Amino acid sequence: MDIFDITIVILAISTASYFFAVKKITKISNTNDIRPDSILSYYGKIAAIWAFVPAFSLLLFYSFLSPIFSEMVFIEKLSKIFPEHTESQLDLAFAQLQNVANGILENPDININRLAVELKSWDETSLAVRSWVVFMLLAITALFSYSRLTPKFKARKTVESFLQKLFLGAAVVAILITIAIVASLLFEALRFFEVYNIFEFLFGTHWSPNIAIRDDQVGSSGSFGMLPVLSGTLLIALIAMMVALPIGIFSAIYMTEFASKGVRDFIKPTLEILAGIPTVVYGFFAALMAAPFFRSLGLSLGMDVSSESALAAGAVMGIMIIPFISSLSDDVMNSVPQSLKDGSIGLGATKAETVINVVLPAALPGLVGAFLLAVSRAIGETMIVVMAAGHAANLTANPLEAVTTVTVQIVSLLTGDTVFDSPKTLSAFALGITLFVVTLLLNIGALTVSRKLSEKYD
Amino acid sequence: MSDKIKIQVEDVNVFYGDIQALFDVTLDIKSKEITSLIGPSGCGKSTFLRCMNRMNDVIDGCRVEGKITIDGENIYDADKDPVLLRARVGMVFQKPNPFPKTIFENVAYGPKIHGLASNTSELREIVENSLEQAGLMDEVKDRLNDSATDLSGGQQQRICIARAIAVNPEIILMDEPCSALDPIATARVEELMGNLSNNYTIVIVTHSMQQAARVSTNTAFFHLGHLVEFNATKQIFTNPSDKRTEDYITGKVG
Ligand SMILES: Nc1ncnc2c1ncn2[C@@H]1O[C@H](COP(=O)(O)OP(=O)(O)O)[C@@H](O)[C@H]1O
Ligand SMILES: [Mg+2]
Repeated sequence: MDIFDITIVILAISTASYFFAVKKITKISNTNDIRPDSILSYYGKIAAIWAFVPAFSLLLFYSFLSPIFSEMVFIEKLSKIFPEHTESQLDLAFAQLQNVANGILENPDININRLAVELKSWDETSLAVRSWVVFMLLAITALFSYSRLTPKFKARKTVESFLQKLFLGAAVVAILITIAIVASLLFEALRFFEVYNIFEFLFGTHWSPNIAIRDDQVGSSGSFGMLPVLSGTLLIALIAMMVALPIGIFSAIYMTEFASKGVRDFIKPTLEILAGIPTVVYGFFAALMAAPFFRSLGLSLGMDVSSESALAAGAVMGIMIIPFISSLSDDVMNSVPQSLKDGSIGLGATKAETVINVVLPAALPGLVGAFLLAVSRAIGETMIVVMAAGHAANLTANPLEAVTTVTVQIVSLLTGDTVFDSPKTLSAFALGITLFVVTLLLNIGALTVSRKLSEKYD
Repeated sequence: MSDKIKIQVEDVNVFYGDIQALFDVTLDIKSKEITSLIGPSGCGKSTFLRCMNRMNDVIDGCRVEGKITIDGENIYDADKDPVLLRARVGMVFQKPNPFPKTIFENVAYGPKIHGLASNTSELREIVENSLEQAGLMDEVKDRLNDSATDLSGGQQQRICIARAIAVNPEIILMDEPCSALDPIATARVEELMGNLSNNYTIVIVTHSMQQAARVSTNTAFFHLGHLVEFNATKQIFTNPSDKRTEDYITGKVG
């Protein structure tokens, strides 16, 4: 039985437990004329929970652990057959073994074939054992809870505490996953800093990661100063914000304060369409239209504009962010109480004066938050810059030149031929953690600034 | 007390979309007196009040028909600017709504917008004078730079009154200004209204008939969008001529 079938059985038994429990409690309370501690349905719920949760947890646990266990066992066996294999070669051999066992590959080696048969029967046994133990547990918990339930049992309280633990569990899982991701990023980055000086990475001004991939290749040794990459990211984000911020906020002001309902009903969906355009479309718009446009515009003005200028990528990224800023600011400004606006209008202020003197200051914390979130987005945005920004790392503040970004470099470091433990590949993790730290700081900044400001305006 | 008429309302009808909220309202409001508007919830008191400073203009779908003249000029004439009108006709709202700014900035808001002060010392004078008139100066003179939203509800409402006075209006409209206040704060605001009526024409919406009786010279009773009765307050409360008025003030409806 596969996981799905077993789940169905567990669900069916849990549902049955629900009704049996309700029936039992009803019967006992009627015959003995006592009032149950909780509403009847809570007895059903707790019986269902007792049936479902242990069995289902065991199912998940088993399904997660058993492949890991069998891999350990069989890699051990493989290592006896191939004593000279390295760890990664053993991994590869195990993958082959699985394919042979499943009949996808054929292998002439008699040892391998023997082992494949063994693996196959191991897997089958493991599946059978899984169904068995899960159903055993299901039967035990269901019967046990049925026999234990009495009208005195505090079913409502128990369900409540179960739900509390469930919610807590969800929160813990979310946090653990975040920690795990950051930790693995950090771990790989630290491996990079074992082979490359962290200060040269942080403050070096020369970025050229092309080093020999294989030992027998000839090539430069690679240079990983990330400043030009980071500055390129910040330059493009700055240009994007210069486009997105005024247009986004002004259009939000127009929508909340000036537009009639009809106009608002037209503009809002339009902006949402803009938000729905996939970034890859923005990417080729930037590469194929915006970039040539800026280049020819520059030529006609007698300026030399690179065909992968920061300006083109930044401007298109700005367009992408407009709906983000405008819809966030729209929400923030809509939440400024009408009574404040009325107070200002009632004193003889015009709408624009009201917006400038009352609405914007009151909305400022939220607007700052929206701004910083948008900056984080611009910094983390990948597709547009991969297609429209350059690959050469120039340390420049000139928006007409080509620059590269952290995300572009990560993409180019990790696509194509990669060896997992070369400094080139590992440097991507260092860039990744840099990006993470920068956006984290921005988010913390966003939070503190908006908290500070809202204290002032509360 | 003069008998000069300040506001003349003639055949005013107000619609929210297709729904009519006021029907043919006609009345005269005397200069430098307090006129109160009473009636059950939803009868159109606030709507009527907002006609007099054209705050209804800001509400989507609200339409006002008829004629309202202030000192003989129709405020709904095509060439009349509602923004300028609102500087002459101040408004105090039901819930105190000071801006989330300092006390000083709150009161200085109107004068700044209308350029009433040519320098900071003039501005300060206007602010202090308005706070004085609103009877608040003693309480806040040491903390003009504190946030107005930290004050008590009653103080906030008087800040809003000071803020309205600071623009130097001729008329002050108050929409249930005491409904969010405790009895002591209410008494202070009522006392303040009495003082202000020496210089300003005041129209007040109130839910409390005692308040109408205490502060106002004339009272208008509204019912379902109609002006049922308009007379001297004393007359209304001792000898109403309409059955509906009588039912309302004796507590049978509303
Ligand atoms: N902004 C609005 N939009 C639509 N209808 C409104 C609006 N304001 C008030 N009304 C309607 O107009 C009528 C009068 O309301 P209002 O003047 O607020 O009454 P009052 O102040 O006497 O309680 C009510 O029926 C109310 O539902
Ligand atoms: Mg009202």
